[in-house]
Amino acid sequence: MSNDQEAKERETGIGARLMRKEDDRYLNGKGRYIADIRMPGMLELAFLRSPLAHARIISQMKPEQSDKRVFFGRDLTGVSGIRAVSGLPGFRPSTQPILADEKVRHVGEPIAACLADSRAKAEDLTEKIDIVFDELPAVHDMTKARDKDSPLLHEDWDENSFLESNADINFEAAIADADVVIKRSFKTARQCMAPIEGRGLVAVWDRNLELLTLYSATQMPHIVRTGLADCLNMDHGQIRVIAPDVGGGFGYKGILLAEEVCACFLAMKLDRPIRWIEDRREHLIAGANCREHSYEITGYAKADGELLAVDCTAIVDSGAYSSYPFSACLEAAQVASILPGPYIMRGYRCKTWSVATNKPPILPFRGVARTGVCFALEVLLDGIARELKITPEAIRARNLVQPDQMPFTNITNKFFDSGNYPEALERAVAAINMTGIRADQKNQTGRTRIGVGLSIFCEQGAHGTSVYHGWGIPMVPGFEQATARLTPDGGLELRVGVHSHGQGLETTLAQIANSEIGIDPEKIKLVHGDTAYTPYSTGTWGSRCIVMAGGAVGTACESLGERIRKIAGHLLQADPADITLENGMASAGSSTISIEEVARTWYLKPQLLPDDVDPRGLDVVAGYKTTKDTGTFSYACHAVKVEVDMDLGHVRLLDYVIVEDAGTMINPMIVDGQVYGGAAQGIGTALFEEMRFDASGQPLASTLADYHLPLASDMPNIRIEHMETPSPLSRFGQKGIGESGAIGPPAAIANAVNDALSFIGAEVTEVPMTPERVLSAIASAELSKPAKGDSI
Amino acid sequence: MKPALFDFAVAQSLTDAQSALRGEQNKLVSGNQSLGPMLNLRLTRPAGLIDVSLLPELRVVEEHEDNIRFGAAITHAEVEDGAVPDPTGHWMRDAAANIAYRAVRNRGTIGGSLAHADPAADWVIVMTGLCATALVRGAETNAPLRTIPMEEFITGPYSTALGPEDILTAVEVPKPGVGARWAYWKYTRQVGEFAKASAAILVDPSKSRTRIAIGALGRQPALLLNPDAVLDGTQSPIEALSEAIPDQPATALHLHAVALTRAIEQIKVAKEFSA
Repeated sequence: MSNDQEAKERETGIGARLMRKEDDRYLNGKGRYIADIRMPGMLELAFLRSPLAHARIISQMKPEQSDKRVFFGRDLTGVSGIRAVSGLPGFRPSTQPILADEKVRHVGEPIAACLADSRAKAEDLTEKIDIVFDELPAVHDMTKARDKDSPLLHEDWDENSFLESNADINFEAAIADADVVIKRSFKTARQCMAPIEGRGLVAVWDRNLELLTLYSATQMPHIVRTGLADCLNMDHGQIRVIAPDVGGGFGYKGILLAEEVCACFLAMKLDRPIRWIEDRREHLIAGANCREHSYEITGYAKADGELLAVDCTAIVDSGAYSSYPFSACLEAAQVASILPGPYIMRGYRCKTWSVATNKPPILPFRGVARTGVCFALEVLLDGIARELKITPEAIRARNLVQPDQMPFTNITNKFFDSGNYPEALERAVAAINMTGIRADQKNQTGRTRIGVGLSIFCEQGAHGTSVYHGWGIPMVPGFEQATARLTPDGGLELRVGVHSHGQGLETTLAQIANSEIGIDPEKIKLVHGDTAYTPYSTGTWGSRCIVMAGGAVGTACESLGERIRKIAGHLLQADPADITLENGMASAGSSTISIEEVARTWYLKPQLLPDDVDPRGLDVVAGYKTTKDTGTFSYACHAVKVEVDMDLGHVRLLDYVIVEDAGTMINPMIVDGQVYGGAAQGIGTALFEEMRFDASGQPLASTLADYHLPLASDMPNIRIEHMETPSPLSRFGQKGIGESGAIGPPAAIANAVNDALSFIGAEVTEVPMTPERVLSAIASAELSKPAKGDSI
Repeated sequence: MKPALFDFAVAQSLTDAQSALRGEQNKLVSGNQSLGPMLNLRLTRPAGLIDVSLLPELRVVEEHEDNIRFGAAITHAEVEDGAVPDPTGHWMRDAAANIAYRAVRNRGTIGGSLAHADPAADWVIVMTGLCATALVRGAETNAPLRTIPMEEFITGPYSTALGPEDILTAVEVPKPGVGARWAYWKYTRQVGEFAKASAAILVDPSKSRTRIAIGALGRQPALLLNPDAVLDGTQSPIEALSEAIPDQPATALHLHAVALTRAIEQIKVAKEFSA
């Protein structure tokens, strides 16, 4: 390979900092989202949603002459509710009604579907419906949901709990040598995922084809199709699901919606296209569905900082129903299995409950349970370090898994594929200038204080059958497939069942194909987001696409490459094994032919090919599995410098460093983008985002004036440093990285705030760290130990 | 959410707008930055909206010897950009530049903000602090404009001295005297949000005006009874506030005391006004 060719390869293949192919569409307003779709004769759908958190429905009355425009649950004949039953023992299943007609279990639950030729008129109809409720006491506090006198959400259950889990690994024996025992209680708030585009759908029935087409803003078109077929009792062949451009997912669009089932039924019943576009108020009220955890956690350590054991009781507020396909218990199951993080310990005990409350059903949000457990464990670790009077970096260095232990199986049987965690820690400590900050802290007086905090964690991505089967959820991933089709003009079509909604897959998958068969990414088209055109896939979630779909594209292109070489070999009179595919050319020594000519010959000039030509042609479907399905482990260390205004309780982020190991990076700019975006959401979790509920289960924010998202002006200038330890499990050494940025910030920022306040012994243990919470931590610390410094 | 059905009309003259208010459930609208969201949430359901944002009578800026009179439909952005003169040098411009964010400032108007009277709105406290006056046209078209000092114009949360058929046509901002100083400090946790606490201080010895206004109280701004005592340190901010706003809970009082303290720090180093 010449130097020039190598340079070209670096520009477009794996590892290239290629500008995204999708940028023109996304950045110039050319995307086509759900709300851009209009159909002749289309009706707009608005839902009457429950104003109460928990109530029996006594009666439902439609406005006069609205039988063809207003529908209740009783009108949805032959439609089944949504069930996502976990296979784990003791799981209590729920049935989520498509339209509630006996009982409502959270504010915002759909009760009636109203159709009109405009959304405003459909909303007018919702106001004319008369529902008589018998309000029941609401279950709003997850820590009390299992109390004996608590009202039951699902009356055939014995307590408000989907699932209880218990893990005990060598716990009692491990704590015998403990010199310190540190206990903490932590809480993370309920959040809204808040993608820029909410949910939405257009359902169309084609009576000639007997085909239901659902356009939906979804991360998983194939799974939605399977779920719809179940609920509507239809054949898969009668349903096509199309995900057009989707404006962010984060897990919010990894679900089968009752709204989808309802709209599909009505489109078929009325033979009219039906559109529903979720508005921000619906999102905030009916879609506040993630992150709410409570931890009682105890760490046992030796005086030298060795972590002996962790004991934890965790409650996940799982809301009212078990969502399809991830179920109500994925979050808590993850808590128990990932809490030990990247640390070595001798013993571990963890009890979890997925409790049912009168809130929207929980969904896994970017980072899933990791954001919460990282917060709980990392803030606990700093508590232990303070008690032992050692530094946060020292306690981490003492207990992290070491590079010479890789691959490493941890206490909960997680298989760490590769990496150098201590190096990430050291680099983050150096990059944030820990020494300088410590020196500056010594000279501080007054009520504005700086602090520095760390968090280190791993992100399991692309984990497969053994892991998800173990968690018992209804959808178990096992493989990924891709189609690679050479077109007669030498272009390449890739077809994948995952969906790209901001991940840049149109670019990265093209880069992988480019590395395999040398076709210019400009000539590579990714076909995705349509069940009619793509192989079955569980979709885009769990940081799986670059490993799984990337592996499938690589495998399909490898196979396609072999077929191209065979034909080229014949045309060049060379041994196919000697042929290289680069820069759109097939070459054997000095003789070359363009891949375009190879394609033209196969499709249009078969007379030039031998009689025994391989008739399978230049269209390949290939499948892919990782060599071991335990997942890739990317990891990162976050380091943050904050300033705490002790009079206002205001936290400012002064500097932020992320040292991140994504294995082999397919496109470093896209990795950076994922990390930046994730970190912004993590900062939201740490400082701003919170959906509070009152005692009657009413959500207390219904607009973005009350639900605070992180803004551009809240972002520090995040500095990313990359490490690149290849995974031995994936095709190119790449690791899933999509969620990492959202995991570390709450822990790192809380540690920094607590560091700033350590001179008075104040600790914040709940996120978001609002001014009220910071002030209250300061006040309780100052009550017990008056601080030096000015006070007003 | 989409608004309930309403009629929309663009007023051709002030008289036109005034007659539309007569007896009907109509509302004037200018920038629509506060009313719009309330319409969408169906929290307010006027029969009709009368757009006055382009009325020449409300777009006038007149400079007088002692003050500048701003038509009610002057936008925050026009003040921010210096498209209209600033009687205070740059105090109004600075305040305007920190109202919400630019998209809101492009459409939101000074008169709309004052007539809406959100307790945490910037103009509500800044105009009170600057001793501005509201000019109100009543139902009787030939009667002279009523002039109402800002501290009397804002009567409560979202509540003003405007009667059902009154129109706020302009606001008159006095020019400070040479040597005057000004401070305005507000606490917003995030850029663009309404203040959680705010304080404005005017010290204008040559015009014998000293004023400390406390804002974001959930009602109209409070004027401290003895601003000189607070400025010369004989009364602490928390004492002054406990006296002026005894109804506020302790945590709120603490926050407002921080705002006042920081405004005092600002005014100590503020540059003197020179015309």
